[in-house]
Amino acid sequence: MEKTICLKRAFRVWQRHLTVYTKLYKTSIALNFVEPALYLIAFGIGLGAFIKDINGVPYIKFIAPGIIASSSMFAATYECTYGTYVRMTFQKTFDAILATPININDLIAGELIWAATKSMFYGTIIIVAISAFRLVDSPFVIAIIPILFLSGLVFAEISMVCTAIVPGIDSFNYFYTLFMTPMFLFSGIFFPLDVLPPAVAKIAFFTPLYHLTLICRSLVWGSAGGIAGSIAWLVVVILIIAPLAFILMRKRIIK
Amino acid sequence: MCYYKSAMDIITARGLTKDFNHTRAVDNIDFDIKKGECFGFLGPNGAGKTTVMRMLYCVVVPTSGTIKVFGLDIKDNPSIIKSRIGVMPQDDNLDIELSALKNLIVYARYFEIPYRASRKTAYNLLEYVGLTEKADENIKNLSGGMQRALLLARSLINSPEILILDEPTTGLDPHSRHNVWNKLKDLKEKNTTLILTTHYMEEAERLCDRVAIMDRGRIITIDSPKNLMEIHGGNLEYVYLKLTGKRLKGEENGENNLS
Repeated sequence: MEKTICLKRAFRVWQRHLTVYTKLYKTSIALNFVEPALYLIAFGIGLGAFIKDINGVPYIKFIAPGIIASSSMFAATYECTYGTYVRMTFQKTFDAILATPININDLIAGELIWAATKSMFYGTIIIVAISAFRLVDSPFVIAIIPILFLSGLVFAEISMVCTAIVPGIDSFNYFYTLFMTPMFLFSGIFFPLDVLPPAVAKIAFFTPLYHLTLICRSLVWGSAGGIAGSIAWLVVVILIIAPLAFILMRKRIIK
Repeated sequence: MCYYKSAMDIITARGLTKDFNHTRAVDNIDFDIKKGECFGFLGPNGAGKTTVMRMLYCVVVPTSGTIKVFGLDIKDNPSIIKSRIGVMPQDDNLDIELSALKNLIVYARYFEIPYRASRKTAYNLLEYVGLTEKADENIKNLSGGMQRALLLARSLINSPEILILDEPTTGLDPHSRHNVWNKLKDLKEKNTTLILTTHYMEEAERLCDRVAIMDRGRIITIDSPKNLMEIHGGNLEYVYLKLTGKRLKGEENGENNLS
């Protein structure tokens, strides 16, 4: 059993996913605009009519950067939960790939890198969309794109751990209801953390989504100050979860 | 090259055992497969055939024992070994979103075959299995027989020295089955080593130089179909039933020996 990862072989897996995705993206790409637009309209314009501003910032402008973070997050998690699970079980794509020179670690790495790429891509779409809404103040916004790859890896790894241990596809409901949705709601996208009870705020502070939201907000508003710590935290989470994702997934696939 | 223990043996398995949780799927088996021969694994469902096949292409890790393919230990060299074998799996696992041609090209990339060469090989293989007209057709629009043919084509994309076929003709109509058989005979003539599992004794009789009859994780016997039929009398199906199950004997004796 090879313990290493061959990036070239991981790239072949990534390439396979890209080939399949380019066949399907026409049907899904429009939807990627729809969901964030709904959030912006419902929360920004609807709720924003009642909330004058948060710390002097109009509400729609407050939440817009967070939508970049959440959309890219969900792109990575969907890919490495449902996407990976379907390829692993129903479609037996993994069986097909593992019969070639691609080894299990290469395959897992390919899955993660693909999910991170998709995460980056979906976040970029939101950047374009909120720019069209004139909610972007600064050209620094471009710097978000490579960071989305990092955060994409974080969410992909977390999802991969979940996929490695779920008994069936329905179990993802637990992951989304008990973990993803709370993170989505309480990571500072819709309101600042300081209104939360200190204990909850402390938990929220450690979520990768909180830091990604912080980074997006800083760069969309045009200040790069204070994001270094958040980027460092994303890297730390990547390094902590990676071994778990690989070990558990290997255990699941290689019998 | 002096890779092989015996110049003839392309695969050597010794003391091969596999446990899944508390079930012993493969129980201490030994076998050698010679270069250029067609070797069949026969046995009832759950006998351990597929597990053996999956160990050969490194997707299942043996609990104990060794397998050497091309003289290389599968534990140390999975990528090198896999680059030289082809696998036609029991389940269809084509990329259903892609065309027949694209399926082959995507698969070729896993073997680091350059795009131009892969395109050429892919067209040749589609022609070989009679799917030239379906090159751009979506997989969903191919019949079951055509999908199996495409799987066979895909397994040949790297010109493998060993071809592993797990129930290659299960579920096929007689025409498609004969087509697959003809291709396999052809490959054998080209000195490809074939390893297959099947439930069709006619298939084993026609194609296999030697068969291993398995039951409950063990190999009961390894011999040529011809020898087996001479020793035990009757056709291969009779030999198979005699060796693997007590079912036939039980029926003859009017008693239930299944327990």
